[in-house]
Amino acid sequence: MTALPYMLEARDITKVYRSDAGDIMPLKGVSVELAPGELTLLMGPSGSGKTTLLSILGCILSPTSGTIRIAGHSTEGLSAEGMADLRRRHVGFVFQSYNLVPTLTALENVMLALDLRGASRADAPDLAWEALAAVRLSHRAHVMPSKLSGGEKQRVSIARALAGAPSVILADEPTAALDSENGQAVMALLAEVAKDTRRAVLVVTHDHRTLKYGDRMIRIEDGRIASRARRRLSAADTELAPAA
Amino acid sequence: MQTTAETASIATPGQHTSARKRMMRLPMVPKLAYRNLFHDRLGLIVTVVGIVFSVVLVAVQFGLYLGSENRIAAMFDHAEADLWVVPLGTKSFDDPAMLSGRERHGVLSTPGVASVQELAVGFVNWRKPKGGSTAALLVGSEVTQSTSLPWNVTEGSTRALAAPSAVAIDSTYFQELGVSGLGDRAEVNNMEVTVHAVTKGIRSFTTLPYVFTTLATGRTLLGASAEQSSYTLVKAAPGTQVEDLRVALAKRLPDAEILTHAEFRKRSLDYWLFETGAGAALIAGAVLGIIVGMVIVAQTLYASTKDHLNEFATLRALGASAGYINKVILIQAILSAVIGYVLGMALSLLVIWAAEDSTLLIVMTPNLALMLLALTVGMCVLAAICAIFKVIRIDPAVVFSR
Repeated sequence: MTALPYMLEARDITKVYRSDAGDIMPLKGVSVELAPGELTLLMGPSGSGKTTLLSILGCILSPTSGTIRIAGHSTEGLSAEGMADLRRRHVGFVFQSYNLVPTLTALENVMLALDLRGASRADAPDLAWEALAAVRLSHRAHVMPSKLSGGEKQRVSIARALAGAPSVILADEPTAALDSENGQAVMALLAEVAKDTRRAVLVVTHDHRTLKYGDRMIRIEDGRIASRARRRLSAADTELAPAA
Repeated sequence: MQTTAETASIATPGQHTSARKRMMRLPMVPKLAYRNLFHDRLGLIVTVVGIVFSVVLVAVQFGLYLGSENRIAAMFDHAEADLWVVPLGTKSFDDPAMLSGRERHGVLSTPGVASVQELAVGFVNWRKPKGGSTAALLVGSEVTQSTSLPWNVTEGSTRALAAPSAVAIDSTYFQELGVSGLGDRAEVNNMEVTVHAVTKGIRSFTTLPYVFTTLATGRTLLGASAEQSSYTLVKAAPGTQVEDLRVALAKRLPDAEILTHAEFRKRSLDYWLFETGAGAALIAGAVLGIIVGMVIVAQTLYASTKDHLNEFATLRALGASAGYINKVILIQAILSAVIGYVLGMALSLLVIWAAEDSTLLIVMTPNLALMLLALTVGMCVLAAICAIFKVIRIDPAVVFSR
């Protein structure tokens, strides 16, 4: 199979909310590509359209206009169930508030994602263990979320996103609810996960301390892409150079 | 980075075979449903109490209905007849009048008749030995022949009823009739009678006690002539079509009504259960029980779904189909139904056992138990609809709200 140049391609995405008070356009012609093996940071001030863009890229919302292709599959014309199917097969989410099911253990939360993705009951436990091992949380597999620390919960969330090998992982402010040390650990983990050339990772973040983990950075302001930058290959490696 | 402690304690799949087996036992959807259900213990208790209330109420109401049916139909179920010759306009067995007296001969002279028995049935005044009186329904039958009236004789015998002025009464009516057993005397329509047989469990649907005696004694006590009876029971000869016999008898006895055994039984049931409204009241009570149960379950399931809305939104965001989530809610509903049903049936059986020696007859049959299970599950599934409507409207984008 020919490798895809981009795991996710979004072209000229516009979103319009119509209301009696007038139209609201959180996105105005945004184009984004996520390449496999890369961690892309999406940064911007509050209200810039980051969450709306994330929802659209994750096939949770449909754009008013524009096209999206995930792992070669277009979202055009898909019904809500069609979008859910595409999401289920190709997109993993990491949420700011973790959004783990409180009545399931860490392992069961990962197995839930596998169940949704159609993994067999025989294979699911092994795959779940692998995902937890990848985030170094196997020793907490049978612990309920209420007993996990914030950093551990986020690692379970990452394991859940990884389980079933989706093509794209979208992380919404994954470090916002964490202290500095845990935040750095989670970003390091996401950067490690992003190295896998079978997937692309997008992280929405406010936190400039995460810059050093990104291969690319996209800045969005007022519903438009303001700038794109690629990591400068240097020993200091804390700066991003404008993308060519 | 991984610490030494973490490395040492990291479990591999092979080291947790028993844990894996436990996990593999249950698929994810029922597991999630079960965990959601038991997560909120108070909510579960409220739901189960609602279902138990519903099950007990419906079981008792339907049990009373079946018991009433049994009581109304008891005489028919113990009488051997293919056809009944009854006075015109008879509404039920307990609505007796006297035939003209020519019926027996008319029936016997009709081809295709194997045997005939007569019953003299009527309302009488029972004067208690120690004073006071009450109404009773006298049933005089040919007890010396192969009739099965009365049945369930626990003291004395039907043969003993051949004695002059001998009667049989049911032990559950002792207090009402002011007697306590064999040999006790009372007056029926100002004529002395003696208890020569005691039965157990023969109760009428109305408040009136049955008093059994011979046909001859019955005619005397009711003031009927030696030929008169209230009902003439006809057995068809082998090979005779009952309907043909009925037509023939109807021609021969134009002043009487000829009913099949099933028809008269049904007429009696319809009269007491529906024309009087008694059965309708019992059914209404059962329907009320179902509605109350449904409302309670709907409310608690809806509340539980609202409590877990974020999880359901997460499931939708992760790509769960609407059907997947609906299954979780439906299984929650069914689990609640089963738990409530088991507890409700246990309580119902306790109520039925406690009512055994009372005047109420509450019947529980395997078919009724199965029907109750289906009704309980159906009730809970319907109640889950409100919760499902809430869930299918979830916008998965709420998972990104701050």
